[in-house]
Amino acid sequence: MEQVIKSYEIPDSLPQGLLDRLRSREALLLLLLGLTVLINSLLSPYFLDIYNLADSTQNFSEKGIIVLSMALVIIGQEIDISVASIIALSGVLMGAAASFGCGTGTVVLVGLASGTLAGALNGLLVTRLDLPSIIVTIGTMSLYRGIAFIILGDRAYTSFPDGFQAIGQAYFFDDLVPSQFIVFVMLAAGVWYFLHHTVYGRRLFAIGNNPTGAKYSGIRVDNYRLGLLTLNGFMSGLAAIMLVSRIATARPNMAPGWELEIITMTILGGVSIFGGMGKMPGVILAVLLIGMVQFGMQLNNIPGVIMSIFTGALLVVSLVLPILLGKFFSGRK
Amino acid sequence: MPMLNKLIRSREGQLVIFTAVFFLAVGIVSPTFLSFQTVDSILTDSAILMIMASVQMMIILTRGIDLTLAANIALSGMVAALIGMYWPETPLFLVIGAAVASGLLLGVLNAVFIALLGIPAIVVSLGAMTVYRGMVFVLSGGQWVNSQEMSAAFQAFPLNRMFGLTNLAVIGIVLTILFMILMRHTRFGRELYAIGGNPAATDYVGINTKARLFAVYVLAGTAGGLCGYLWVARFAIAYTEIALGFELLTVAACVIGGVGIAGGTGSVLGAALGALFLGVLQNALPVMGISPFWQMAVSGLAILAAVIVNSRGRRKRGQQILRVSN
Repeated sequence: MEQVIKSYEIPDSLPQGLLDRLRSREALLLLLLGLTVLINSLLSPYFLDIYNLADSTQNFSEKGIIVLSMALVIIGQEIDISVASIIALSGVLMGAAASFGCGTGTVVLVGLASGTLAGALNGLLVTRLDLPSIIVTIGTMSLYRGIAFIILGDRAYTSFPDGFQAIGQAYFFDDLVPSQFIVFVMLAAGVWYFLHHTVYGRRLFAIGNNPTGAKYSGIRVDNYRLGLLTLNGFMSGLAAIMLVSRIATARPNMAPGWELEIITMTILGGVSIFGGMGKMPGVILAVLLIGMVQFGMQLNNIPGVIMSIFTGALLVVSLVLPILLGKFFSGRK
Repeated sequence: MPMLNKLIRSREGQLVIFTAVFFLAVGIVSPTFLSFQTVDSILTDSAILMIMASVQMMIILTRGIDLTLAANIALSGMVAALIGMYWPETPLFLVIGAAVASGLLLGVLNAVFIALLGIPAIVVSLGAMTVYRGMVFVLSGGQWVNSQEMSAAFQAFPLNRMFGLTNLAVIGIVLTILFMILMRHTRFGRELYAIGGNPAATDYVGINTKARLFAVYVLAGTAGGLCGYLWVARFAIAYTEIALGFELLTVAACVIGGVGIAGGTGSVLGAALGALFLGVLQNALPVMGISPFWQMAVSGLAILAAVIVNSRGRRKRGQQILRVSN
């Protein structure tokens, strides 16, 4: 007897027509991105310059790196408000390491290790003590930045090894693309693959939709939670390396308000704040959209505060529009 | 002594005892701390946080969160400051009225999105807080309004004295008591507890959940408006970044006060005591000769300690029939 082994593939979603795709959040974001580019290129002749465009990616890539892991955290029904504080803590520790005369390798290691450890502490508090992550990270937000203040007060570290500064100030491909953007693109590809093409990604959606159900179906939910928050800490450490090496300064009050900006970009990208829903293309588009909006506003000398008004309004509007337009843009739930 | 027993078991009682012990311990280290002056300045310093934590508690109770409170303080405070600057003859009650009205308007805006359109509170308030904060910048043109540009009456009100306490402390205490009565002894308050416990069931019992939620966000916004004036007048300065990060401090006060972040549990008294504890902490550190740079880390630790204590307390009461191990 011949045994027939059938291989099944369970699709992410039902087959979609073109109209469904046009209604998706990604399409809406793409449309907004197109509009932004169009308006900006009309407003300023410098916008569509390839060097300017490539250079502008430097500003949002550091936040974008954290947005990637934040998306995973929020899909897994957790949240992390301590990321900006981890940046400050990692930055200050790197500055301290540099001031003790450590080389580039050690400084980088200090940055990554401190970020990872801070994230792991968040994760341990959430999983071992069974605490809600929003409260834990509100606490560690104060704690981590507080430690940075204890170390440094109102001073700043400004001397770093040349090799270290090269990390954030380097450009590739004919001096065109800043290193931050390359790191962002590579990580985005990695996270995309992880979330949409591995069994771990599938399990993450299961956890986000129903943690208890996921637990009973044999997923080690707490390990995922610990892993996610640790990863978020690692990414914050990485962003700290990029930021500190670019501006060659580490101070306790750096990256102010980034946590909320990062969460805003994640939600704007279509990740549900209740977990279990979200796609990487949307998240990446949201990062690019905010990046392009901010770059355009910079070119037109619009102050940063106005940019944040726009970002905030965009977040609310992107959620209200589907409701007001009779769920036209809502796509699949 | 069942009364005493109950007091020690309740979260509020524990917090009072803990704060008192802490207060005395600091006093033993540095005796100057044990004075009416210290109590006075703690009450004055924590009054705004007490009010804001009380309204934040009501919102957390209904499974929401309002991150716009700090931006509301900044915006309403700026409204009051600008009126005081351009029209110094405006009677004080009108200035305060304008700040309150501005807060009310912001509260209504939040309420429309959260209560009527049903968008998650955390997302709406996250977006709205940056918008409101930006509006402060737009309104003031990025300028500071400082003490020379405010009239004497405008600045004096919060620190004027009534019954031996500052107006600010009196307002903080009176509002907290009013909110306590509202939540414990009125139908509205009890319905908010019901919504926090089970929103779907509340709907089925015939409580107008949307209207209650609407009211709670408007109430919070209005209180934020009042605190906006108080903040600006107390510190005699108004600029875009005032009260930055204060929204999370209100949440922290609630958590320390035993308010459950998942909604349905907690009390106004707890939240206010949490605020008071943070106030004591803030005043104690300089007295103990600890650098102000320690303050942030210490309050972070206090929040973590409080949430761990909270979860221990709840665990004992819970009955788990099936152990989930992993």
